[in-house]
Amino acid sequence: MATASIAIVETPLVNYALRRGDDALILGHRLSEWCGHAPMLEEDMALANMGLDLIGQARELYSYAAQAEGAANTEDTLAYLRDVRQYRNLLLVEQPNGDFARTMLRQLFYSAFADPYWRAMMGSSDPTLAAIAAKSEKESAYHLRHASEWVIRLGDGTEESHRRAQTAIDELWAFTGELFHVDDGDAALIKDGIAIDPERLRGVWSETIATVLSRATLQRPNSDWMQQGGRAGHHSEHLGHLLSELQSLQRSFPGATW
Amino acid sequence: MYTQALNAPQSDERHLEDADKSARFEARVANEQRIEPNDWMPAAYRKTLTRQISQHAHSEIVGMLPEGNWITRAPTLRRKAALLAKVQDECGHGLYLYAAAETLGSSREELVDQLLGGKAKYSSIFNYPTLTWADIGAIGWLVDGAAIMNQIPLCRCSYGPYARAMIRVCKEESFHQRQGYEIMVTLSRGTDEQKAMAQDALNRWWWPCLMMFGPPDQQSQHGNQSTRWKIKRFSNDELRQKFVDATVPQARYLGLTMPDPELRFNDATQHWDFGAIDWQEFADVLAGFGPCNRDRMAARRKAHDDGAWVREAAQAYADKERARRAADNAVAA
Ligand SMILES: [Fe+2]
Ligand SMILES: [Fe+2]
Repeated sequence: MATASIAIVETPLVNYALRRGDDALILGHRLSEWCGHAPMLEEDMALANMGLDLIGQARELYSYAAQAEGAANTEDTLAYLRDVRQYRNLLLVEQPNGDFARTMLRQLFYSAFADPYWRAMMGSSDPTLAAIAAKSEKESAYHLRHASEWVIRLGDGTEESHRRAQTAIDELWAFTGELFHVDDGDAALIKDGIAIDPERLRGVWSETIATVLSRATLQRPNSDWMQQGGRAGHHSEHLGHLLSELQSLQRSFPGATW
Repeated sequence: MYTQALNAPQSDERHLEDADKSARFEARVANEQRIEPNDWMPAAYRKTLTRQISQHAHSEIVGMLPEGNWITRAPTLRRKAALLAKVQDECGHGLYLYAAAETLGSSREELVDQLLGGKAKYSSIFNYPTLTWADIGAIGWLVDGAAIMNQIPLCRCSYGPYARAMIRVCKEESFHQRQGYEIMVTLSRGTDEQKAMAQDALNRWWWPCLMMFGPPDQQSQHGNQSTRWKIKRFSNDELRQKFVDATVPQARYLGLTMPDPELRFNDATQHWDFGAIDWQEFADVLAGFGPCNRDRMAARRKAHDDGAWVREAAQAYADKERARRAADNAVAA
């Protein structure tokens, strides 16, 4: 016997909090996979720090989604009892860690968005989201700095690190378009001042990326083709494996308290 | 923790050093004064401490692996965050301890090479596998609990940097211990399957935890010098007994049964008597023949080897930056 997935009443606000919560949880989970295996002990510490920040953000966003939904869900039912099609995270964050360059490029692409995003969300008319944003903004500023410094070091380090960093960019680039995704539900929240229009952040995101890549002597790919789908639950094959691990105990021991 | 008294028996090293300095050193230690990195110290003292502190550091780092094995499967988000933070703390302990060892003149790289080359030891306990979530509770409760027993006396160790590192580490270890015990409380009040999981974890971890304190006093040849130098304050058997006395009531509170039919309270001594420890198993695990020795070393070597290009890149970048700054300064001048 296994515990079945929950059903969710997907209002625009519930969806909005869930999507950001999913981004944070899945990226936090990926970073936590490094723990004990990083290239140096200082990075074991730093990757765990970032993972902890993100898991903390996920918990707050899930709790708020559960509250907004007003049903019996909790942060844990939302994390542990939704199947892959119910997850709404960006495809970028579910991409496997790969080598350290890939992990740092993934972090740079995400954090270069998350940092100005949370800063802008501090002005949300929704006080809970504004409070989550205030805390997340400080964290994402550190994540962005950390990832930027590493991308510069790797790009302008050795031939091998440069090659690995460039490969990571080329492989991850197509997942960056989704950062700016908006659907009808989001549009309504944007109109009410609850959410911000991510289009406003495209300029600052591009500029951050351009600055870091230039200092790193790395190239932005020419292709502008972007893979979408995460926000609608159309994921890569990687996410199912991540969830089968993440959810294994909750699924195998229905109803148990941990 | 994890000092375990793994040190090879001290060969009877003669102190060739200046008798005066030596006498002053011994007097300071006898008076409970701290020895600091720049102070004169006998070569054997330096060597003993380097070995003990680096073994301790290696244990913290290898110890990340068994618990790290459950970070991605922790059953709730609160547990996941707590476990990730705990394993991160252990990494921090490793870092403080390598730094303390470096004050004695051995670099982290050198010490890590000894570990990866199979020349340095680490605590035997981390060569056992974490098979269920209850193992995470049992490790926090028992392994961190044993670590605290070992480490609290080290907060008064004669070597200043080690003693100070231990003060900081002990605070975190007691937090880990409470957290682990709380997992055990939750499981032992849970479903029948969870209770069975908790009992099974206790059955598997109990004896290896008793071995963490090192060989029995009659067999441990290196205790005396360390005791005289105020590195070691209690014997292996004394610490083991303290641990048993503290833990038996905790197991009872959980409603779990200790996997030792000979365990009974001795009214005369006011201590818990316990059955014979399988010292052959301990010797085997230390010699490399535990259930996970090969996996643990393979994981550490892989992290080290896979990370080589990253460390090289960081070095190359730092060198380039230095050269660029030098060139800028030359232009400015
Ligand atoms: Fe520790
Ligand atoms: Fe600990």
